[in-house]
Amino acid sequence: MTAITGDHQAERPTRPAGRRRRPTSVPGLRILTGGVARLWLVALLVGCWEIITRIKQDAYFPPPSTIVRVFHELWFSGPATHLFLTDKALDDFPPSFVNLFCGWALAAVVGLALGVLLGSSRVAREILDPVLQFGRSVPPPTLIPFFIVVFDFGAQMQISTIAFGVIWPVLLNTADGVRTVEKLQLETAEVFGVTGAARLFRIILPAAAPKIFAGLRVSLGFALILMVISELIGSTTGIGAHLISSQQGMELPEMWAGIVLLGILGCLFNAVFVLVERRFLSWHSSARGLDS
Amino acid sequence: MVVRVLEVEDLTHAYGDAPPVLSSIDLEVKPGELVSIVGPSGCGKSTLLRCIAGLQAPTEGRVRLDGKPVERVPDNLAVVFQDYSRSLFPWMSVRDNVALPLRRRGMNRAQRHENALKALESVGLPDAAAKYPWQLSGGMQQRVSIARALAYGPEFLIMDEPFGSVDAQTREDLEDLLLRVRGNSGMTILLVTHDIDESVYVGDRVVVLSKGPARVRADLSVGLPTVRDQITTRELPEFVHLRAEVGRLVRGREAADEPKS
Repeated sequence: MTAITGDHQAERPTRPAGRRRRPTSVPGLRILTGGVARLWLVALLVGCWEIITRIKQDAYFPPPSTIVRVFHELWFSGPATHLFLTDKALDDFPPSFVNLFCGWALAAVVGLALGVLLGSSRVAREILDPVLQFGRSVPPPTLIPFFIVVFDFGAQMQISTIAFGVIWPVLLNTADGVRTVEKLQLETAEVFGVTGAARLFRIILPAAAPKIFAGLRVSLGFALILMVISELIGSTTGIGAHLISSQQGMELPEMWAGIVLLGILGCLFNAVFVLVERRFLSWHSSARGLDS
Repeated sequence: MVVRVLEVEDLTHAYGDAPPVLSSIDLEVKPGELVSIVGPSGCGKSTLLRCIAGLQAPTEGRVRLDGKPVERVPDNLAVVFQDYSRSLFPWMSVRDNVALPLRRRGMNRAQRHENALKALESVGLPDAAAKYPWQLSGGMQQRVSIARALAYGPEFLIMDEPFGSVDAQTREDLEDLLLRVRGNSGMTILLVTHDIDESVYVGDRVVVLSKGPARVRADLSVGLPTVRDQITTRELPEFVHLRAEVGRLVRGREAADEPKS
């Protein structure tokens, strides 16, 4: 069984926050120049896109400024008492987010439990490995017809699709993390009488946590994809349903706004996850930072 | 009748079908003794310790601690491993690492913390409690391991090449720490090392193992004063003599093969 280690090691700064490579007297300026260095290409591309779409006047490719305006009007022009969310935002977002997080949480809990079982038992691993290899090879959207038959359209079907699709990274990474806990760590626990639940929660899970978090992170990305896919079919609410209905109504700027929204959500979820992960795994990155 | 804490009888161990690494080892340790086990690298010293600690079942033979056969790790035994960086848990603070085994002693949180701090003080690390192991130097990390074993309060302590991964100066400091700790606690200690000087310097007895398979080649008692000092003890004729004798025994086979010119 191979584990997904995630690509986040590369993105993550190699040093813990607060210890900068070069001390600088004006940190604000440094952030500003850093932001400019990173974002100039994006700004340039958006600028080109704006100019080209304005010249071409193609209905399929509205200019970014139009997309941003529609984006704002659709979801974020509401009253301040509603955090500027419009009624449409309050209709679209909650079902999508509830499905996303229920599906992801379900997958996390079940994946973690099964992963611990698989990681700690060689017999379980050998018996279940073919089933798991098959299960994770099934493209999750292909199960939507099945889940529609079982649950009919609606939240249950959507949550099941998400949960089934995103369980694999959590499960396989947890199993791998649990299986590869350092032998000496387990022996130390044994010597000092750390057994049962204490052994699981104080030794095994923390030791496997870096891999578990990598799995959870990959799963969160998949969950967003599957959330949209599950809403494209037979759904009247949610961001996916907005995409499909604006496409059918030939409201191209609205459709583009949905695409942009999903991109922003993906980045946002990832950023929040990284913050949580850093908080929990500060020992991991710091310990490795000093070792290497 | 002589009281013995540890009795090893006819211990033999082989991994799978490979030739045995340990062959008919007999060993007795009396209460409060510090016995060094020394032997050439790869002779099976660690396997012997693992069998004694109950981390591994020997192919043949018996290990008894306080008269009871050792089947799993006994609760009056602690181990200090060579590899402190893996043996200390990086996700726990130094204090939590030291306090970890105290749950088994039925202490509440406050008692565990208090005892952990006391143990850290006794190894000379009163200010390290809130740090993480990886923020400390190698020698300090090994002190934390020793503090953890002390806090646990076992009657019997096993040390597997405990000072093998630190520099020479730190090694001497840790040897003295060990002698001091042992004087205060009265623990019975079995220490494995491949360092001949160290085996004589810290030991009441030195057990020399031969290689492939390991057998007890000699069991020498160390007639050095209880209070030892890195400089003066190492000058004593008894030290110089013993160290030469142990050295000859450890290198025995190769030395015997060499032509005497």
